[in-house]
Amino acid sequence: MPDSASPRFAEVLVRVRGLRFSRGTRVIFDGIDLDIPRGRVTAIMGPSGTGKTTLLKLIGGQLRPQAGSVEIGGTAIHALSRSELFELRKGIGMLFQSGALFTGLSVFENVAFPLREHTRLPESLIRTLVLMKLESVGLRGARQLMPSELSGGMARRVALARAIALDPALIMYDEPFTGQDPISMGVLVKLIRLLNDALGMTSIVVSHDVKEAASIADYLYLISGGQVVAHGTPAELERADSDWVDQFMHGLPDGPVPFHYPAPAYADDLLGGAG
Amino acid sequence: MNALAALGRWTLEHVARLGRGSAFLLPLLVGVCAVLLRPRLVIRQLFSVGVLSLPIVLVSGLFVGMVLALQGYNTLVDFGAAESLGTVVALTLVRELGPVVAALLYAGRAGSALTAEIGLMKATEQLSSMEMMAVDPISRVIAPRFLAGFLALPLLAAIFTAVGILGGHLVGVGMLGVDDGAYWSQMQAKVQFGRDILNGVVVKSLVFGLVANWIAVFEGYDAVPTAEGIGRSTTRTVVNTSLAVLGLDFVLTALMFGGV
Amino acid sequence: MPASKTVEIAVGVFVALGFAALFMLALKVSGISHEGGEGYRVRAHFENVGGLKVRSPVSMAGVRIGRVTAISVDPQRFDALVEMTIERRYDNLPVDTSAKILTSGLLGEQYVGLEAGGADAVLQDGSTLKLTQSALVLENIIGQFLFSKAAEGGGSAAPAKP
Repeated sequence: MPDSASPRFAEVLVRVRGLRFSRGTRVIFDGIDLDIPRGRVTAIMGPSGTGKTTLLKLIGGQLRPQAGSVEIGGTAIHALSRSELFELRKGIGMLFQSGALFTGLSVFENVAFPLREHTRLPESLIRTLVLMKLESVGLRGARQLMPSELSGGMARRVALARAIALDPALIMYDEPFTGQDPISMGVLVKLIRLLNDALGMTSIVVSHDVKEAASIADYLYLISGGQVVAHGTPAELERADSDWVDQFMHGLPDGPVPFHYPAPAYADDLLGGAG
Repeated sequence: MNALAALGRWTLEHVARLGRGSAFLLPLLVGVCAVLLRPRLVIRQLFSVGVLSLPIVLVSGLFVGMVLALQGYNTLVDFGAAESLGTVVALTLVRELGPVVAALLYAGRAGSALTAEIGLMKATEQLSSMEMMAVDPISRVIAPRFLAGFLALPLLAAIFTAVGILGGHLVGVGMLGVDDGAYWSQMQAKVQFGRDILNGVVVKSLVFGLVANWIAVFEGYDAVPTAEGIGRSTTRTVVNTSLAVLGLDFVLTALMFGGV
Repeated sequence: MPASKTVEIAVGVFVALGFAALFMLALKVSGISHEGGEGYRVRAHFENVGGLKVRSPVSMAGVRIGRVTAISVDPQRFDALVEMTIERRYDNLPVDTSAKILTSGLLGEQYVGLEAGGADAVLQDGSTLKLTQSALVLENIIGQFLFSKAAEGGGSAAPAKP
C-alpha cells in the first residue's frame, strides 16, 4: 500500500496535507493527505459514513479543519477572509447530492442564478449562456419547468448546468450516482467525463459506487476510518493485494469489514434469556 | 437527580439558542442593508408574508370587532353609556388587540411558513449550495424575508384595526341601534392620533414585527435539517413569538400608557 | 408562485390597503381633520367649563348642530373662552341664544347645550353668546349643600364639639 500522496502528476490543483477533523468526540479525518491533479477526474471513495461529503465541505471552505491545510492553486483556503474565500469560490462548482436546486425558481432561473449574482451581463447574453449550459446537459427544452416537476436525474443535470454556469476551474460532485436509475446514471457518467475533457476542468467525484467511479476516474483515493487506505489508478487498485481494498472494490459481503456487528457468541446469546 | 439534569440541559440549551439568535442579528442587519439596494427581492416576499396573510387578518379583524361591540354594548347599556361604544371598540383595538392579535395571527400564518421554508432550504442544501456559489444566503435569502415581514406587520395591524372598527360599527350601529354619529364622534373625541394610533398600531407593531420575524428566520436558519427538526422549529416559532409578543406588549403598554 | 407582474400588483394593492387603513384610523377614528371645517364660529364665556373637551358636541334641543373647536382662558377676564363651530345650515339662530354646559346622563360626556332666544337678529361668524351657564361641578354643589344644611342647623352643631 502506498504510504504518501502520489507526486506522479506534474501539476496539482488541490493539495490536502495532514487534515484532521472531528465532530464532537468522533474523529472523522485523522491526518489525510490528498493531491488532486489538474485537468483530471479524481474519485474519492469509501464506505458510507466516512465523511466524504465533509471532505468536500472542507475543500470548499465551508468547514474549518482542526489541523492541517487545504490549498487550491497554491492558496491556503482556511487562511482567507470571507470575501477572499467568496472570490475563490466563484471558480469552484459543486454538485450537491440532492441537486439543491432553488425550489422557488424555474430551471432557467436556477442556471441563471450565479450569472445574475456575479456578473452584470445584459439579459440577452445571460439567456444565451443559460441555453448553452442547458444544451450541454440536454435539458434546453425543460427550461420553463419548476424543480418540483423534474425527475431526480433531470434535477441533478440542471444542478450540473448551474454548477458550470461560471465555467469553474474545479468542480466537485457529491455522490452524483446515488439513487439514480441505470439510464440517468449512464447520462451522468458520460456528462462528467465529457465536461471535464471539453472544458478543461478539474473534477473531484465523491462516491461509493465503485463501478461508475472507477469507470470515469483517472485516479482513485480510498478513505476509511479517517485515513487514506489506498490510492492509485483504477487498474492499480483493481489488483491491489490488500484484503480491504479487494473487499471494497469488488463489493464482497464479508472480509476485513465483518458482516456481523460485534456481538457475544450467537449460542450464548440465544440461550442466555433476558440479558 | 435525572430531573435536575434534564432541567439543567434544558436551560443550557435555551440559553445557547438565545445566544445564537442574538449573534444572528448582526449579519441579519448587515444583510438588510444590502437588500435595500435590491427592492425587487423584498416585493416578492411581501407577497408571501403580506398579501397571503390578508384573508385571515381581514376575517379575524371583522369578527373581533363584532364581538367587542356585542360585549361592550351589553355592559355599557346598563350605565346608559351605550353611546361610548365607539370609544371602547376603537381604544381596545387601536391600543391592544390590533397590534397584538395581528402579530399572533402573523406568527401562525407567515412566521411559521417562513421558518418552514428556510428550514427546508437548509435541509435540501439550498443554503449550502448558495454559499458554495459565493452568494451569502443571509443577505440573499433571509434578509429580504425579514425586511418584508417587518414592513408587512404594521400594515396588517392597521388593516386589522380598521376592519375591526368597521365590524364594531356593523354590530353596534347596524344591529344594536347605537347612533351612527355618536359611534364616530365619541370615538373621535377620545382617540388621539399621537398617543393611541402612533403608539399602538404603529410603534407596537414595528416592535412586534422585528421580534416575530427575527424569531421566524432564526428558527428556520437554526433548524435541525430533517423533517422532524423543521417541525420542531416551526412549533418553536409560533410558541416563542406568541410569548414574546404578549410579554413585550405588557412592557410597551406600561411605557406608553403608564400605570405601573 | 404567480407571475411577477401579478405579484407586483398584489403587493401594491396590499401596501395601498395598509396605508388606507392607517389613513382611516387617522381621520375617521382619531378625527384629526375635524377641527374647524364647514360651519361658522361662535364664542362664549363660561366661569367654569368642567369636563368639556375640544370636539365635545354642541347641541340644541338634543340634536347635535356643531362641535367645540377650542377652549382657552380669556387673558382679560380670567374665565374660560369656548369657541365652537355650528353647522352652516343652522344659520338662523337668534343673537340672544343662551349656552349651558350640560352632562349627558349621570356619568356621561359634557356638552354645550344651546337654547334659542326671541331676537330677530341672527348669530354671525365670530359672534359671542352673552347668556351662559357654567358646568355643574360636583364638589361645589356638595359644598353648597353642606353649607346650607349647616346654616339650617342654626350654627350650634359645629362649635359645640370640642
